[in-house]
Amino acid sequence: MDLLEYQGKELFARHGLPVPEGGHAATIDAAVEAAESHGYPVAVKAQVLIGGRGKAGGIKIAQNAEEAREHADAILGMDITGPHGEGPFKVHELWVEAGSQIESEFYASVILDRSAKKLMVMLSRMGGMDVEAIAESDPDALVKEHVDPLNGLDATQAEAIVAKAKIPAEAADQVAPILVKLVEAAIAEDATLIEVNPLIVNSDGQVVLLDAKVSIDGNAMYRHPELEGLEAAEDQDEQEKMAKERGLTYVSLDGDIGILGNGAGLCMSTLDVVAQAGGAPANFLDAGGGSKAEAIIDALEVITSNPDVKAILFNIFGGITRGDEVAKGIIEATRKIGLELPLVVRLDGTNSEEGLALLGEAGLSNLHHEATMIGAAKRVVELAAATN
Amino acid sequence: MSIIIDNDTKLVVSGLTGREGSFHGLRNRAYGTQVVAGVTPGKGGADVEGIPVFDSIAESVEKAGANTSMIFVPARFAGDAINEAIDSGVETVIAITEGIPVMDMLPTYWRAREKGVRLIGPNCPGVLSPNKANVGIIPAQFFDEGRIGVVSKSGTLTYQIGNELKQAGEGNSSIVGIGGDPIVGSDFIDILTLFEADPDTDLIVMVGEIGGDAEERAADFIAEKITKPVVAYIAGFTAPPGKQMGHAGAIISGSSGTAKAKQEALEAKGVRVGVSPTEAAEIAVETLRSL
Repeated sequence: MDLLEYQGKELFARHGLPVPEGGHAATIDAAVEAAESHGYPVAVKAQVLIGGRGKAGGIKIAQNAEEAREHADAILGMDITGPHGEGPFKVHELWVEAGSQIESEFYASVILDRSAKKLMVMLSRMGGMDVEAIAESDPDALVKEHVDPLNGLDATQAEAIVAKAKIPAEAADQVAPILVKLVEAAIAEDATLIEVNPLIVNSDGQVVLLDAKVSIDGNAMYRHPELEGLEAAEDQDEQEKMAKERGLTYVSLDGDIGILGNGAGLCMSTLDVVAQAGGAPANFLDAGGGSKAEAIIDALEVITSNPDVKAILFNIFGGITRGDEVAKGIIEATRKIGLELPLVVRLDGTNSEEGLALLGEAGLSNLHHEATMIGAAKRVVELAAATN
Repeated sequence: MSIIIDNDTKLVVSGLTGREGSFHGLRNRAYGTQVVAGVTPGKGGADVEGIPVFDSIAESVEKAGANTSMIFVPARFAGDAINEAIDSGVETVIAITEGIPVMDMLPTYWRAREKGVRLIGPNCPGVLSPNKANVGIIPAQFFDEGRIGVVSKSGTLTYQIGNELKQAGEGNSSIVGIGGDPIVGSDFIDILTLFEADPDTDLIVMVGEIGGDAEERAADFIAEKITKPVVAYIAGFTAPPGKQMGHAGAIISGSSGTAKAKQEALEAKGVRVGVSPTEAAEIAVETLRSL
């Protein structure tokens, strides 16, 4: 789960990290009120989960209430597309924060390094630009150091990182303890990524975390009830929202073929095989192990709620999942929701013969059985094309 | 021979008194695995269909001679259960549990390495050595005994490929699910090393997916250290960046962790990569028969 900037800054503040004062606003009036309470200048910042907001016009400085109103009006509701074509994301929320005079900009991050199986701290005296750009323009300016997985980051190592990154002397004493706290925050908050870009020195000589990009491990949400309500904000997609409510693992894609598989790997592989057959998957949906009929009904309801879907493929290799349960779910759901879209079913593994017998007896006219995964992919692509 | 588990495996199941733990623990026993103990704190002295239950894993090692532990406890308690297993004196810990926070797994990974305990998983289907032992949730009926080793991040995809091998008349020495989490106890390199040393394995099938760089590192390792033929399959060519595809670790971050990069890294080192599970199985069979 990714946090918005202001959520990340609230998290930083809880760990004693220096962030500018600010207020959260979802309406123009609330934004002006926040601006008035902090004094001018203020930065009016779009809260969306992508970089490049400034360039897209999502961050503006206001010198007075009138400008604050003008900027809030312009930014709320705007669509922001990321530098790599992500989105567009509609702006629903603003963060209005006391303006900072930037004397210098650094880059700091703590990430989970999957290869090394350790947390890694990155620090650079060149901030404000993309970390890839720093690495490319001056690789030596980006210092990367692993954190001992059993003992964390101590002050001595943090000071060494700061020295290696050639952070100017007047800021070094402040940056080292910030690194220590960032690592502590990452561990305590189950953050697999904390990126601060830029980490600035302001006109008072204080080091401040001016931006926040934070990803929290979805498996650890039970330890962070305070973050629970925030999750809804990132769900933009109707089907993804619906699937989440029903406890299904679902990812929306652009195509017109609805897909259900059991197991993440098999489901991903099903998408690939459909694409190889010339089709375009509309979604990833892992029905999981041990799917019962109810889960299949839920899944079909989510898939068919997407108006783009022209045909559906079920690819089931039952291990714990039983073919007869899947078949019961298909039959019940077809009747319940009056499914007319073509549905191709490939059913193998545990109790698949019983399942296929049930499907045969039900005599559903929209149902097509295929014995193999590749055969099923080809068939569903043909059927989707035929409905165009 | 086989790897990780065999006729000498003496299994202790953490979570044996739970619904899932008892279902799969008893299935593993029915397959022929020696399930010597269960562990549930506070339920020591009880039994599950004749399998004695102890309060701790260490006690099961001492009193029942357990040498392999299977973790089937809920995610929020699983980190502690794995740590307990690592400290208990067993040689191997197989963690099936899905959903363990990565910050729990980081220190646990290093704890296992320091103590020399082999950790498989978490978020994995377990290990099957056909006709010898089954530890975990792999449905054994879809696999035959044979000379192909399989190592995979995914459960059902492994069943798919294993079953295609079986239908083609081939079988497996062992099937190892290493799990789909960002941090797992053993990665491709660890298991490839075991298959390389196993006299009953002639060929290795490696099943990867998007996320991380375990496949890329395995490609370099294969070129340097593995003399047996390796056939690969990678899932997730159509996965969009930034989206978690079911498994916690299956996510493309920026431009890294793509299926294409993994395929190219493997092919650059001479590993043949099937475009579908079916093609990977066909290549494996063809290669095995040409040896």
